[in-house]
Amino acid sequence: MKDVKIQVNDLSLYYGEKKALKEISMQVPANKVTALIGPSGCGKSTFLRCINRMNDLIPSVSITGQMLVEGVDIYDKNVDVVNIRKKIGMVFQKSNPFPKSIYENVIYGSRINGITDKRELDEIVETSLRQAAIWDELKDRLGDSALGLSGGQQQRLCIARTLAVNPDIILMDEPASALDPISTSKIEELVHELKEKYTILIVTHNMQQAARVSDHTAFFYMGELIEMGKTDAIFTKPAKKQTEDYITGRFG
Amino acid sequence: MSSPISSKQNFTREGLKKQFRLSEFLAEKIISSVAFLSIAIIFLIFIFVFKESLPIFSLGKESVKVEMQQSASVSGDQPESYGGVETEDLQPESYGGLETEDLQPESYGGVEKEDLQPESYGGVEKEDLQPETYGDVQAEPLVENNDSAEGTAKEEKSNSIWDTLLTPDWVPVSENPRFGLLSLLIGTLKVTIISMLIAGPIAILAALYTSCFASKRTKEIIKPIIEMLAAFPSVVIGFFALMVMATFFQDIFGYDSRLNAFVGGVAMALAAIPIIYTISEDALSSIPKTYTEASLALGANKWQTAFYVVLPAATPGIFAALLLGVGRVFGETMIALMATGNAALMSANPFESVRTFAATIGAEMAETVFGETHYSVLFFIGSLLFIFSFGLNALAEFYVKGKLIKKFQGK
Repeated sequence: MKDVKIQVNDLSLYYGEKKALKEISMQVPANKVTALIGPSGCGKSTFLRCINRMNDLIPSVSITGQMLVEGVDIYDKNVDVVNIRKKIGMVFQKSNPFPKSIYENVIYGSRINGITDKRELDEIVETSLRQAAIWDELKDRLGDSALGLSGGQQQRLCIARTLAVNPDIILMDEPASALDPISTSKIEELVHELKEKYTILIVTHNMQQAARVSDHTAFFYMGELIEMGKTDAIFTKPAKKQTEDYITGRFG
Repeated sequence: MSSPISSKQNFTREGLKKQFRLSEFLAEKIISSVAFLSIAIIFLIFIFVFKESLPIFSLGKESVKVEMQQSASVSGDQPESYGGVETEDLQPESYGGLETEDLQPESYGGVEKEDLQPESYGGVEKEDLQPETYGDVQAEPLVENNDSAEGTAKEEKSNSIWDTLLTPDWVPVSENPRFGLLSLLIGTLKVTIISMLIAGPIAILAALYTSCFASKRTKEIIKPIIEMLAAFPSVVIGFFALMVMATFFQDIFGYDSRLNAFVGGVAMALAAIPIIYTISEDALSSIPKTYTEASLALGANKWQTAFYVVLPAATPGIFAALLLGVGRVFGETMIALMATGNAALMSANPFESVRTFAATIGAEMAETVFGETHYSVLFFIGSLLFIFSFGLNALAEFYVKGKLIKKFQGK
């Protein structure tokens, strides 16, 4: 892999005494979609949350090892976590728009970064919503509350909100798990388009989804990275027995 | 094979028959009757308080002097003045109701009414309220009624309760008692505003700190301590204000009257803070973690998250907390009695002594004569307090349900 965006070296994570991630080492290529798969509780979401340091919010968590984003260790003492999160956006499993209007939701990130110019904000809203392929549906009701939208629209609004702060990397934690097939396919299309500009990591329980949207796939099991490689390779001829068992549905 | 299946029928008419479960029935009835009882008790209290204040609506038509001397003869006076059209003893009470009020001018519209009116015009021309009587009888039935009634008794003194209620003079015990509620109202509002200005920000910021910033351990220490303040007897807070805070603030601000609205307001803030804090903290803590996470993931720092996401989302709960705080301060008696100086003064100066509604009742109720005007006026103040807090709660209910929730949650 030539363009390595994220280089992980021997990353371990502990919830108190319990070791939840065991010496993970991997490379995430730039401008590609990397899928993280594995059974529930295998640590893939935990790993995803390590990348933008959301695990900092949990007091009992301690982390060892290195997480290099473009060569910078984001767990270095001198790195500001707020700046990391501006560059590494996250979309959550459950859509979580703020209880504000659609417009306010999209510009939230810009507003806290001190942008107050109305025209600039309008522009941000339009481009973000267009990128998230939801502009046509929402352009006439920007003042409405975001909580009145359907689940799929809410999730795409959350993606638009993430895009509005102009990140480099987007982390998606099972973004389509609570959505119907039509909304899911819209999100998948969106992921496909977004990889032109962004590096995307997506956690999914859905094998077909991983096969459809991702370029690379990493298989996690019991806190360990079992195997990582091109999606085609993983799904057609996995190197490890466990991977094959999981993909073919023998466990998990 | 078929016979055992059919004999082992699970759904029979017998098995599914409606059963009467006595214990369930009784439990349900007891619970609902207890609930209704408690509601009924609240209503009965209000009715009692209001009933005790009723005499000022009816007796009001007599001059204060007459009423003081011969409160029993009220009904006797009335028929005479109306020229024998109505000889019922109930007459004074009927003035309280608005419906009968409107009817009266029409039904009496004959000669009797005419006889009455000139008297009242002639006798009380100097009164400010009198001109209103001519114009809109329906609009202000109570005032009209008193004025016209006043005319009947004007030979004694043209000074009805309703005229004095809107004056600043609160001199209930004197040769010429005056029951001006205006200065009491101003005093109450002054103390309430001062204490809410102090308690509101402190309590809300403290709640915000514990719910958004404090570590779990700190929260476990701070929350019970502040909540413990709520269990503090108000007489202790009042005593503290009286002995310590009054001197302390006097040294700082150098005002003249040691006990005043400001000291009382600060002391009442101490009583209101735990209430506002507890409820706003609950409201803030119940904001879903997903909002916080979403905000942090967008690169917001902690305080931006707290002020732009958590606080707005919790606004309905915080609003309710503030209203409960206002209710507490408005009705607080002991602290007001001890720390506000109890002088019914009309002044905007926060460092002047004030007398609040609740403190007035507390201080004077024990020393009035049962059934006397003063007694009724105190009960009238009680009803005002009741109506005010009821109105506040109703407002909160409608405002929170209607506007705020729509605005912040879009439901």
